[in-house]
Amino acid sequence: MIETYLPLIFMLVFAFAVAFIFMILSEWIGAKRTTPEKVTTYESGMVPRGTARERFSVKFYLVAMSFIVFDIEVIFMYPWAVSFNETGLAGLIGMIIFVIILLAGLIYEIRKGGLKWD
Amino acid sequence: MSLIDIAFYFFAILIIASAYIVVTSKNIMYSAFALLFTFFGVAGIYVLLNADFLAITQIVIYIGGILVLIIFGVMLTNRITGVDIKTGTMSKFQIWMTAILCVIAAIGLILIFTQTNWNTALSPTKASTIEDIGTLLLTDYLIGFEIASVLLLIAIIGAALIARRKTN
Repeated sequence: MIETYLPLIFMLVFAFAVAFIFMILSEWIGAKRTTPEKVTTYESGMVPRGTARERFSVKFYLVAMSFIVFDIEVIFMYPWAVSFNETGLAGLIGMIIFVIILLAGLIYEIRKGGLKWD
Repeated sequence: MSLIDIAFYFFAILIIASAYIVVTSKNIMYSAFALLFTFFGVAGIYVLLNADFLAITQIVIYIGGILVLIIFGVMLTNRITGVDIKTGTMSKFQIWMTAILCVIAAIGLILIFTQTNWNTALSPTKASTIEDIGTLLLTDYLIGFEIASVLLLIAIIGAALIARRKTN
């Protein structure tokens, strides 16, 4: 099984190496004639106002937390789907209980207004 | 040295180096980003251990989820730029306690490493472990599987409560 993954690993290593080498090369041998326009965050784009390290709203955290919870739910669904022929009806019922418990969390969050953005 | 050895040492060095940056970096954002490479290296080690499902879970949940949550956590804090996370501000007592605990942990790990009867048989030539994991999760370990959903339910309710405390 490892042998089937080795090409993937080497592709990742190669991709990282190429990106890193190009960054270093452009830093070393690239011409550096900077103008005030060039050094802005987005050249020819929006004029940045304020720092990027601002304090974020806590609503982002709630969205990220919900994302992780349902991410894990989907990860659990994957082995269930692959082994569906073996587990059959019992597996389906087990999965439905699992989803219903998490659905209670989602309903609670919606009722609480956690997904409203104002 | 086979290709697998090379891959193992590559991931081992990646994990140790990036974990060192996580601990020693003065900038907490750099720590968070170095943690990405630690998680990625652990995923690589899982692949080398034939644990393909664990590797995918590591990438999807830890890199895709937990790390985003950590970075959000950093961004939510009040003072990000001015935070001075010096590692050298411990008292003598704390340093000694840390040293003793580290030595105990190291001895324990070395004992485990030398005492365990490592299974060196050839790895089974199974294409994938996912089907077995799914079958076991929904038969033998069904209780643990459902308890995991309760744990996730607690997490989402807790997050909703904390995030909505001020308005409601």
